Amino acid sequence: MTEAKSGGQTVGALHGVRVVELAREPIAWAGKLLADMGADVILVEPPGGDPSRDYPPFLDDEPGEDRSLYWWHYHTSKRGVVVDLDAAAGRERFRALVATADVLLEAEPRRRLGALGLDYEDLNAIRPELVHVAVTPYGRNDPKSDLPFTDLTIMAASGPPWSCGYDDHSLPPIRGPLQGYHTACHFAVLSVLTALLHRGVGGSGQFIDVSMTAASNVSTEAASHTWLVAQRTVQRQTGRHASVLPSRETQQECADGRHANTGVPPRRPHEFAALLGWLRDLGLDAELPEAVFLEMGANWEGPFDLANIGRDDEITAIFGAGRDALKLIASKVSAREFFLGCQRSGLAVGVVNSPEEAFEDPHFRARRFQVPVYHEDLARTVVYPGAPYALKASPWTISRRAPRLGEHDAEVFEEIETR
Amino acid sequence: MAEALSSFRICDFTGQLAGAGATKWLKSFGAEVIRIEDPVREGRWDILRGAPPFVDERRGINLGGAFNSHNAGKYGITLNLRTATAKRILEQLVEVSDVVSENFAKGVMERWGFGYERLKAIKPDIVYVSNCGFGHTGPYSDFKTWGPIVQAVSGLTFTSGLPGREPAGWGYSYMDHTGAYFMAMAILLALVHRQRTGEGQWVDLACTESALSLHGPAILDWTVNGRPTRREGQPHANRSQWPPMAPHGIYPSDGDDEWVAIACRDEADWEGFAAVVGDAWCADTLFRNLDSRLASQDALDGHVGAWTVERSKFHVEELLREAGVPVSAVMKPEERIDLDASTADFGLWPTVKHAEMGAVRVDGQPVHFSETDWRITRGGPCLGEHNEEVMTRLLGFGAEDVARLEEEGVL
Repeated sequence: MTEAKSGGQTVGALHGVRVVELAREPIAWAGKLLADMGADVILVEPPGGDPSRDYPPFLDDEPGEDRSLYWWHYHTSKRGVVVDLDAAAGRERFRALVATADVLLEAEPRRRLGALGLDYEDLNAIRPELVHVAVTPYGRNDPKSDLPFTDLTIMAASGPPWSCGYDDHSLPPIRGPLQGYHTACHFAVLSVLTALLHRGVGGSGQFIDVSMTAASNVSTEAASHTWLVAQRTVQRQTGRHASVLPSRETQQECADGRHANTGVPPRRPHEFAALLGWLRDLGLDAELPEAVFLEMGANWEGPFDLANIGRDDEITAIFGAGRDALKLIASKVSAREFFLGCQRSGLAVGVVNSPEEAFEDPHFRARRFQVPVYHEDLARTVVYPGAPYALKASPWTISRRAPRLGEHDAEVFEEIETR
Repeated sequence: MAEALSSFRICDFTGQLAGAGATKWLKSFGAEVIRIEDPVREGRWDILRGAPPFVDERRGINLGGAFNSHNAGKYGITLNLRTATAKRILEQLVEVSDVVSENFAKGVMERWGFGYERLKAIKPDIVYVSNCGFGHTGPYSDFKTWGPIVQAVSGLTFTSGLPGREPAGWGYSYMDHTGAYFMAMAILLALVHRQRTGEGQWVDLACTESALSLHGPAILDWTVNGRPTRREGQPHANRSQWPPMAPHGIYPSDGDDEWVAIACRDEADWEGFAAVVGDAWCADTLFRNLDSRLASQDALDGHVGAWTVERSKFHVEELLREAGVPVSAVMKPEERIDLDASTADFGLWPTVKHAEMGAVRVDGQPVHFSETDWRITRGGPCLGEHNEEVMTRLLGFGAEDVARLEEEGVL
């Protein structure tokens, strides 16, 4: 690890940290998170390349070399080399590479590196400072890690789908695509950073065992807590938290057929006042006889205790009027207008955007979330999604497009040999 | 065992899951995390403090089960920042801290007089990380969010659904968990930078942007090919787009609301699957290769579901595992926590001791470090539980000063 300033220029927080990533689909996101923060991530592929080089979507929908947008996304800011770990010369080269590295990030089958003489004990002998992060389905000590898996089966095994889906339980539970791998990657990155900080105060390198299923298992909020604490089972519901007892709908279809999430209904005087004002602006107050209760809510003094819904007539009526008013407005305006109007009234409401709708939203544009990256090989600028966090002194950046197969062989191997 | 982060002290204003989940990681690895709460509102800004699940019939702000999990091992003190004395105490605390963390709406810290410029004046190398839904700049920076709102706005709700139906979304706050992970990364990244350069900084984390960064290939398909995710036949959350696989889905199995996930990655998996099923439809030319199976996915899913529904999910698992096909029962909470030995074997559900709840299980960390592993032993703090301990040990107050300040409404 070298210093974080480079010729007086501001550089990412991980500038000078070298990471060797053994290319595998489940950890690609972790490598990208480190690389975009300035780490020198060297992506090691087998001869012929990693299979995800051939994943769709493709540039202009035409499959072919270096045309996978999937590959482009997950491997920004990395350098790429080819090493054949099944050949003695390749293993030698890999050891030489690891001897210069701070971090090894891998998701190899549980026993593969051991069989090749390249597991933590072997590498630690060459490079005691090495932080070796191994990501497997159930951890390195569990034989279940040898079972075949995909993102779908990892998520099914570890909780998320049970909680996600529709009120109608004849429809299947739902998983949010790719998020099982992403969650495991978040823990891999947290582990790398934690181990580097430990090293920074004189600590040694170490081996870190990350379980993909464990990662999702501790990321299911109430589903786990309700069982751990109260031995009760949550049930999935459309567009809202799974719950032991059914809760009221929070997803609202708007006039344009799109949806909004209404979150927590109004419960404070200024929220009732703003809602009433909006209703009047739209000329809808005459359509809602309950508007009188909004007025009461706007003038409410003292605590408005939601626990008294169903017990106190006035509180029940005011709270109900808030919900009814939102429903009426939603039926008259687009989901986007509903979102903006609610938020301007101080209500935490969200429009259900598709990814591209979110990406094009003026807010994210203003924050420069759209990041142009020049692909010199295509003489074309491609717009990528931007930073997950804005570190002002040591910023996130995409330093280069994803590597072509073996693109940096000469450069990287020369660097190793001259050390 | 040594602790990786024991040299760091966090002055922690976070709450709910999106913030408290971040400092939970730091505490698990030995950082000293001091939660600061408002005594006037009894810390109720964090709605989880008094929210279910509960261990028994008792209710109250110290008894929230999720709060206990997210705050295990942290210290808890109260500061009434409406008073000048509390503000001076906070200044002293910032002076001896490495990090100030918060997930309030924009402007709250400034209103108290503790925006980044002020924090930096107190402690020049302070790391300040704010986590709010839309960040501190931009047209929506004053908008409010919860996890489900972040998920809706960022595309995560939309992509979790079935074609022709309203979004299913997430049955929990995925972006409170994940926002917390990004926030913990941000804190650690800023600490790495400080460790190497001596320089602190402010990290502006917008949870919606963290969420939007999780849609990479879909966004490139939009920016490069102009193809939107909002299109006919999409989203189809249980199918696989990248790479294409078929069959790939969650299918009904025998029993009430029982399901099993199956994925055939390649022709070998498909052949293994077909051999186990052994029905004539498997040989239908409609399903002879990946392209044809992709073109006939609805018919294929119908056949697969008709086969799985005749069997228990664990039996399907057993049969297909034997054939080397990726498969998993859709596990219920009780199944993954109490029946799947792998979670307990990993030490995933540590029991903590809480001052009022007693012994109770919480979420552990899904990793193990060979030299500096995590430890979670103590429960979340009761309101103001560590006023005396923190004030006397760190700030040089006497026990009698603390009692007086509590009486005066400062603590």
